[in-house]
Amino acid sequence: MSVLINQHTKVLVQGMGKTGTFHTDKAIAYGTQMVGAVHPSRAGETERYEGDTDHSGVPGRDDRYDVTLPIFRTVAEAVAETGATASVVYVPPPFAADAIMEGAAAGLELIICVTEGIPVADMVVVKRYLEDHATRLVGPNCPGVITPAECKIGIMPGYIHSPGRIGVVSRSGTLTYEAVFQLTNNGLGQTTAIGIGGDPVNGTNFIDCLSMFNDDPATEGVIMIGEIGGSAEEEAAEWITANMTKPVAGFIAGTTAPPGKRMGHAGAIISGGKGTAADKIAALNAAGVVVAPTPTDMGQAMLDAMG
Amino acid sequence: MKVHEYQAKELMKARGIPVPLGRVATSVDAAVAAVRPLIEETGNPIVVVKSQIHAGGRGKGRFKEHPDVGGVNVVASGLEGIQAAEETVRELAQKMLHSTLVTVQTGPEGKQVNRLYIEQGIDIERELYLSVLLDRATSRNIVMASTEGGTEIEEVAAETPEKILKAEIDPAFGLLDFQARQLAYDLGLDGPAFANGVKFLKVLAKAAVELDADLVEINPLVVTKDGQVMALDGKMSFEANALYRHPDVAEMRDVTEEDPAEIEASEYDLSFIKLDGTVGCMVNGAGLAMATMDIIKYVGGEPANFLDVGGGATAEKVAAAFKIITKDPNVKGIFVNIFGGIMRCDTIAAGVIEAVQEVGLEVPLVVRLEGTNVEIGKRMLDESGLDLVSATDMKDGAQKILELVGE
Repeated sequence: MSVLINQHTKVLVQGMGKTGTFHTDKAIAYGTQMVGAVHPSRAGETERYEGDTDHSGVPGRDDRYDVTLPIFRTVAEAVAETGATASVVYVPPPFAADAIMEGAAAGLELIICVTEGIPVADMVVVKRYLEDHATRLVGPNCPGVITPAECKIGIMPGYIHSPGRIGVVSRSGTLTYEAVFQLTNNGLGQTTAIGIGGDPVNGTNFIDCLSMFNDDPATEGVIMIGEIGGSAEEEAAEWITANMTKPVAGFIAGTTAPPGKRMGHAGAIISGGKGTAADKIAALNAAGVVVAPTPTDMGQAMLDAMG
Repeated sequence: MKVHEYQAKELMKARGIPVPLGRVATSVDAAVAAVRPLIEETGNPIVVVKSQIHAGGRGKGRFKEHPDVGGVNVVASGLEGIQAAEETVRELAQKMLHSTLVTVQTGPEGKQVNRLYIEQGIDIERELYLSVLLDRATSRNIVMASTEGGTEIEEVAAETPEKILKAEIDPAFGLLDFQARQLAYDLGLDGPAFANGVKFLKVLAKAAVELDADLVEINPLVVTKDGQVMALDGKMSFEANALYRHPDVAEMRDVTEEDPAEIEASEYDLSFIKLDGTVGCMVNGAGLAMATMDIIKYVGGEPANFLDVGGGATAEKVAAAFKIITKDPNVKGIFVNIFGGIMRCDTIAAGVIEAVQEVGLEVPLVVRLEGTNVEIGKRMLDESGLDLVSATDMKDGAQKILELVGE
């Protein structure tokens, strides 16, 4: 079991530029069911992908892949033709918000937006638009979502993952990789790893993911990785206290970040004394979360939390 | 991106938001020349000389070179006439321009004042507070207002939260009339000030959203004796990601307010923030870059910088990043911490080798590589003959660089 995506998920790519083309290849090599692309200026063309799969030599799995993706003008046409239920957005920042809303209007269940640098005002409009649609947005400015050995949507390196028992949710891409790799090395593995992104306005938050992991029978524990800025971790801590039935480990980045400075991520800023790492760590501790003192200790913190 | 008060007021004025008349001056003569037209045009014998820096608390701030002079000065020409006011402004401008203003927000090092804003005096009846900003919890912009103008809003929020008024801006509709009226009632506005206040609120909310401002703060917003509502101060900052659609705002960038190393880094599309410690860091990913600073502190050191080389960096960018770090005289050692995803470890290795060959390496270097193409990256570093120490994980790396830095 897993959350959000699995081996049956049919995925479109929105934005077949250099990045979209590159990561579509990696996703297919991993085994993801990529079924089509949307790129208005290339509509009617196809894009062929072939090569060795990531699981070459594994018994029962294909050694090679050879997939030709049709490129459509609109998401609606792509959905009608392919039966896709999910998409990944690599569209450049000025046009990404529109791409997300087009995907929602076409009835996609899940949109994962990797694009970094979308104006906040655009995302405020997107969030308003999604209130009237059933679509779940993950991101933007995130590495994506992966259910190991089944489906990889996004830019994370596939080989550091392994199927297992832990759900991972994070505002940071590389810290997700740290956590995932430790879980792979200590044998716990992952059910699904979700990057919710580093922007101040995002589609899916910690509570959404904690709730999904709480309901997923295969998930036995969760690692949540937060950082300075906003109050999403504090809200998650309250939710954990009230609802979470599974052990949670965590890490918060930015203990040494100076106030008023944006630390790389648009959302990582301490403003008006709010959003500090100390406050977030205190809130998580109070909720019974085992907070790792450094990223190197995240895997161990999960083991400790599981007792 | 922050702009100066006078720039924020230009933007407001262009959108019909009432602001006092004023003139910006970068020289003593220009400051003096601003006095007469302002007094003659407004009929108000008072002018205010305001330091323009990207930091608040200017009124209570003091100049390092002239501790008797504040950052904002009121000059009344009174009975002695305009000439006397001009002389006072001359004396003030001579002391203020190119001197260092220290406020609660600048830190003890202060900021050099390169521009003055000479503004008409206003007959103030009441001072209010107004801002427009993003409420991250609801993903909506909000208008925040308070009757407690002129004080730090964080203090008001902490001590008398009931005095903070809020209205949410629905992106589909903007701030609605009834919301603006409610705020105006709650601010205690009446008579002509009520109508002017409602209009002010609506126009400001619209302007803030249209300009992609991540903060508009007017503190104080003043009600004049004749019922006008006016932005006496104005602070605006803009979202960097949206500047592409506001070239007029982008032009307002004042690079003299920024750290030279941060400007150089931004030219290479690197995310860099200078800090005061001795351990330079080069990392991929914002979260990991923050966590690397944290772990240096955790093992007993102090980070010299935040640096995220990003996911798509080339060897040239990595080399540029390395050079920016080594330029800082405080840096006694460097910790390269990479978990390759899109960023490949061989790209990092190539960049580090290129930079060291070009500028040399006079401080210890610890490298931790993990992820995509890690074996190739490690081999490249080994074969380069560079004098570096490899780390197995980030905690190991932090401990090793600390030992080498000798703190």
